[in-house]
Amino acid sequence: MTAIEIATATTPTAPARTSRRRGLVRQLIDSKKALTGLILLAVFALLALLAPVLAPGDPSLINSTGSQAPSTAHWLGTTAKGQDVLALTLWGARSSLFVGFTVGLVATAVAILVGLASAYFGRIVDDALTLVTNIFLLLPGLPLLIILAAFLPPGTSTVILVLVVTGWAGSARVLRAQAKSIRGKDFVAAAVVTGERPLRIMFREILPNMASVVMTTLLGCVIFGIGAQAGLEFLGLGDSSVVSWGTNLYWASNDGALMTGTWWAFIPSGLCIAFVAFALALVNYAVDEITNPRLRNRRARRERRG
Amino acid sequence: MRLILRNLGFYLLAFWASLTLNFVLPRFMPGDPVSRMFAQAQGTMQPDQIAQLRKLFGLDHRPLWEQYLSYIKSVFTGDLGISITRFPTPVTDVIGSQIGWTLLLGGVALVIAAVLGNLLGIVAAWRRGGVLDSAFPPLLIFVGSFPYFWLAMGALYLFGVSLGWFPMRHAYDVGLTPGFNGEFLSNVATHLVLPALTIVLVSIGGWMLGMRNTMIATAAEDYITMAEAKGLSPSRIMFRYAARNALLPSVTNFGMALGFVVGGALLTEVVFAYPGIGYQLLMAVQGLDYPLMQGIFLTITAAVLIANFLVDLVYVRLDPRVRVR
Repeated sequence: MTAIEIATATTPTAPARTSRRRGLVRQLIDSKKALTGLILLAVFALLALLAPVLAPGDPSLINSTGSQAPSTAHWLGTTAKGQDVLALTLWGARSSLFVGFTVGLVATAVAILVGLASAYFGRIVDDALTLVTNIFLLLPGLPLLIILAAFLPPGTSTVILVLVVTGWAGSARVLRAQAKSIRGKDFVAAAVVTGERPLRIMFREILPNMASVVMTTLLGCVIFGIGAQAGLEFLGLGDSSVVSWGTNLYWASNDGALMTGTWWAFIPSGLCIAFVAFALALVNYAVDEITNPRLRNRRARRERRG
Repeated sequence: MRLILRNLGFYLLAFWASLTLNFVLPRFMPGDPVSRMFAQAQGTMQPDQIAQLRKLFGLDHRPLWEQYLSYIKSVFTGDLGISITRFPTPVTDVIGSQIGWTLLLGGVALVIAAVLGNLLGIVAAWRRGGVLDSAFPPLLIFVGSFPYFWLAMGALYLFGVSLGWFPMRHAYDVGLTPGFNGEFLSNVATHLVLPALTIVLVSIGGWMLGMRNTMIATAAEDYITMAEAKGLSPSRIMFRYAARNALLPSVTNFGMALGFVVGGALLTEVVFAYPGIGYQLLMAVQGLDYPLMQGIFLTITAAVLIANFLVDLVYVRLDPRVRVR
């Protein structure tokens, strides 16, 4: 649904070979895009971890008159209620990053399980899992999110559950395709003949050979998790007592920050979401370039075209 | 033909799945809708009102399979129940009066984003390493990273509140009578600019990058080298040879996006209080209007499924390879 999802869905990725795997990490650090992304992510992780040190106390505590512009006392100003926006933003990073990465990890895990089982067992298992995947892929994400969130009791675990349910299918399809092509390779056939257990073949033989695709999927899922969480909370369907970037925006909008011109109440949280998603997208873009030589091999092509 | 029938079967199955989901959710989730509404009404509801509501929801004490059958039957006879927040308007009427605005907003934004994005992608891929290719993708990825409701808020603040160039809420000015006259249409158009602009901004990057990447893959094909060797003009090779073939994935994406037109503008509609069904869905959720909620979800799902089926049909014509499989 988002721009990034469209981009990753259409990007052709070349199969990664085992020999290239160690290179991936080094090439990532060599790539300017990836390095920028990784540093940005590290900064945000650090700020989230240090929130209790940098802005001690309850961030939603009212400690000033409302709607104050940024000043030395409140670097990012205060909300309509008189809460410090900087403290809210720092503490918001914790919940937003936690939910985003948890959703990413769990959704990717589900996608790996489905994709591998589909590719390994084939036949009926494949047909059934593909059918379920395709149905989940077609069900409209955000409306389904809203419906589910409306029926379930509000809370962080609900948000995570709902996002995993709606977020795994696209990745499963990509991973299945990749796993299928590896399933057909000789070394997998050899493992089957020697009587290895299915689980071992799936996770020890096939999975390690799709590291780059798993990585791209994971990054995509985390981007989805952070964005969708923000959207859900912005609509007031998360737990609005939790401080996160999404709920900050919800309260900013609820308190009429737009109409009263208190731009500082809604700029920081939105920028943070964007920077984290951008950092993840940069790393993703770099992984794509590294694993798909056609996207990278710029000099050779320019020479050819003269 | 067999392929089409198989696809049709799949979409029917998917529709049945969403129907069932709609049926199952209110019945198996903790806290049924009626008790929740009862809790919200804080004791002002009489017991016989509750019983009536239960009947209205089909949540009475009939066996589950009987409820299920009558639910499916009512959906297929076009009866989605009665809206509670707009009692006694039928859900179908509420949706019917608002889906047009959603289609307008989503459709305009989708067409602009897809056309512009694909063109940018073609040119960027053709001029590898040029200004467009090196500056635009990172920029668009960055813009695409913003939550689009946040961009919508920003646009609303900048162009609506501060500069006052565009109206901030609704699809047309209050007091204007809808009709096909210049005044009304231009009023609708000015109300459309900001919401459409934000959707275009966020989605254009995906189109551009997708097109750029398939174009690069296509440009490496032998028939392009062949065309170059023949000395055909670059623009002819670019559009007639490379872009034409690279466009196929974009067709699929367009179809999927077409389906999401109905549900995809949801957050934008909320920010601009645009009277589409996305905005209505949120209102329904906030008002605990379960029949309307489910009706809207079903409508959005149906739109997605129909759009995808149509794309499948088109695709079979465009790409002969799928017919072989």
